[in-house]
Amino acid sequence: MDLDPVLLARIQFAANITFHILFPTITIALGWMLLFMRWRWLKTNQRPWLTAYRFWTKVFALTFALGVVSGITMSFQFGTNWPGFMEKVGNIAGPLLGFEVLTAFFLEATFLGVMLFGHGRVSERIHMLATFLVAFGTTMSAFWILVLNSWMQTPVGYEIIDGEFHVTSWLEIIFNPSFPWRFAHMLLASFLTMSFLVAGVSAWQVLRRKANPSSAVALRAALTLAALLIPVQIVVGDMHGLNTLQHQPQKIAAIEGVWETERGVPLLLFALPNEAERRNDLAIGIPKMASFILTHEWDGELKGLNEFENHPPVKPLFFGFRIMVAVGTLMLLVSWVGCWILRRHGWQPERAPRWLIASIAGMTFSGWVATVAGWYVTEIGRQPWIVQGLIKTADVASSTPAPYIALTLAGYLITYAALIVCYIGVLRYMAEKPSDTYDPAPSGGANVLGSTQLARKAGEA
Amino acid sequence: MTWAEFLPVIFMGLMGLSMFLYVVLDGFDLGVGMLLHRADDSQKDMMIASIGPFWDANETWLVLGVGILLIAFPKAHGVVMTALYLPIALMLIGLILRGVAFDFRVKAQDTHKPLWNRGFFIGSTVTSVAQGWMLGRFITGFAEGTAYDLFALAIAIALPCAYVLMGASWLVLKTDGELQRRAAQWGRTALIPVIIGMGLISLATPWVSSTVAERWFSLPQLIGLLPIPFATFACFVALWWTLSGARALGTLCWLPFILTIGVFLMGGLGLAYSLYPYVVMDRITIWQAASSTAALNLILAGCAFTVPAILGYTLFAHRVFWGKATELRYG
Repeated sequence: MDLDPVLLARIQFAANITFHILFPTITIALGWMLLFMRWRWLKTNQRPWLTAYRFWTKVFALTFALGVVSGITMSFQFGTNWPGFMEKVGNIAGPLLGFEVLTAFFLEATFLGVMLFGHGRVSERIHMLATFLVAFGTTMSAFWILVLNSWMQTPVGYEIIDGEFHVTSWLEIIFNPSFPWRFAHMLLASFLTMSFLVAGVSAWQVLRRKANPSSAVALRAALTLAALLIPVQIVVGDMHGLNTLQHQPQKIAAIEGVWETERGVPLLLFALPNEAERRNDLAIGIPKMASFILTHEWDGELKGLNEFENHPPVKPLFFGFRIMVAVGTLMLLVSWVGCWILRRHGWQPERAPRWLIASIAGMTFSGWVATVAGWYVTEIGRQPWIVQGLIKTADVASSTPAPYIALTLAGYLITYAALIVCYIGVLRYMAEKPSDTYDPAPSGGANVLGSTQLARKAGEA
Repeated sequence: MTWAEFLPVIFMGLMGLSMFLYVVLDGFDLGVGMLLHRADDSQKDMMIASIGPFWDANETWLVLGVGILLIAFPKAHGVVMTALYLPIALMLIGLILRGVAFDFRVKAQDTHKPLWNRGFFIGSTVTSVAQGWMLGRFITGFAEGTAYDLFALAIAIALPCAYVLMGASWLVLKTDGELQRRAAQWGRTALIPVIIGMGLISLATPWVSSTVAERWFSLPQLIGLLPIPFATFACFVALWWTLSGARALGTLCWLPFILTIGVFLMGGLGLAYSLYPYVVMDRITIWQAASSTAALNLILAGCAFTVPAILGYTLFAHRVFWGKATELRYG
């Protein structure tokens, strides 16, 4: 069997960014959640908030470490897998990545130490500031990376001289047409992923009868946040889709499984796109619905895949999109029903029906599924281009022989699979541990070094 | 030299600075990692505690160093990354293992802790060896041949030893009691291969590269350059003196660390002088590889604000955890 080096390089890069995105998706929003928990504790002096803060700080540290190491891998793989990319668009991609390192990486990594271990060494205010800077740093990092990614989808503000890209307007590049939607969509995805993780782990604690006083407050905060954000995400996602229709119609055609340009296109709930014969098998759909959603007219025209000389592979987009939407719908259902029922039980999860708690626990990693499916849609949807319409992925691939790529790919895959298993295993172990192991009672253990000044005060009172 | 010609020189300096800071800062993390298996369990926790608040930020200097290669010298970036494909992958897997083991070891079940300790040791070692090999390949401009491979192999052994020295002197600075005493001993043990390795590499570099030979062994440059080997030698002698007996265990505990930085600094300066103005030895100069002047100007303006700020808050973080390391607790 002949191995195609470009395909292998793509699989390797995809494996790495898939593994990477799992962790920042959590930490971007969890940083803000920690700030919120800390603030609630300072404001209300209710112990469960501090317990929750201490538990989720440990999760944050673990998740952050996984994000950092896989992020470093990515910074090298730009060069090892796509050396031609930087040679051509270095003038644009370089500064964007540079500003990410300079304004975000160092900020989050440096203040993380103060945030994690600085208690008792700095004042409460400086500690809050450190927590804020970590949360701000992770968000800035998302900002720069999404600027670059969006520019690759909808390139503007450049001129090409001798095959090399030069900047004509940084403002146009940064605020390129798809950036605002993609950035909003991703931040919301991050907050939803984090919300379901926090709610899910808390529900798991209740389900396994290992709940501590923080489980109920964390569950309430996270589930409420999820219930508030999911409708916003659905609206933003829709607008992101309309924006894509305008700038990358071939991506939408693949998502909807439209081969021929037509009016009154049905919304396919299920089908098997058959790329060889350029049609859908076993299609079940709602008549005219796709046209209505995308053009806001029942008879609106949608361009078909046959109109495009280059279009992305249809199956991954078609199914990826449906997986994302299905998970989103489940999120809406679980968070709303959950909030409704839990409210009626005074937000005491032990008294709520067990099936509900089990469903929330079952949704713990739902954000991962939706995020990864969504990213596959948008990234595979850009193929065969690396910069939409301008540079093909195959033209910038490295000349590294296929067996080398296959060998390292195997190494990465084994490492990543093992780490995901360890991460989930350790998360479960931490969740089931009694809370006084990491949050000792104020009178006893709080006077040792590293505890907060306020905890000390509470102990004395 | 016009501004457009001068810009790549500035960026080579910045790249050198970040790589130097990386080697010093992550050097002590990696060194501590490679020493981990020599300590008993409570000492292991203290060793990890001494690097706990810093390792994440330390690693970021590598990202900046590679970032500058990518941003400022995109045409060399691909060449370097392609030539070092396998050792880079090896280093990355080592870095991943090291970084996650650090966090998992205190959060997983107690019975799994020895496993993660071993992961931390293996990750640190693999990373260091791979970095040494890459440095060796980089110096010769990725030339092919047995002599060049042997040269890279020598550095692949010497660099981890130097990191161990760095880690040991960090522990002398940050710990006390039995651990500090043992660290001084580890430092002295590592010192011998570092001296031999650095001496051999200094002699071998001009031998494998005629460019380097010309650059060093011609008058009057040679006289101007003499302070570099002399200062290195002085640092080594002083290191041997402070690490012997109980000299470094009291108020002089900072001295071995500073002297080791001195050794690394001299090595770095020597290397920079040998390489300049090449970004890929004998093949690509910094001017051939540089990005457009507009892009470089923009990043330089960004660096002018952010790099001092980064250095400032890095110092702040070190001040927060100043003095001897204590048990780490999440707050």
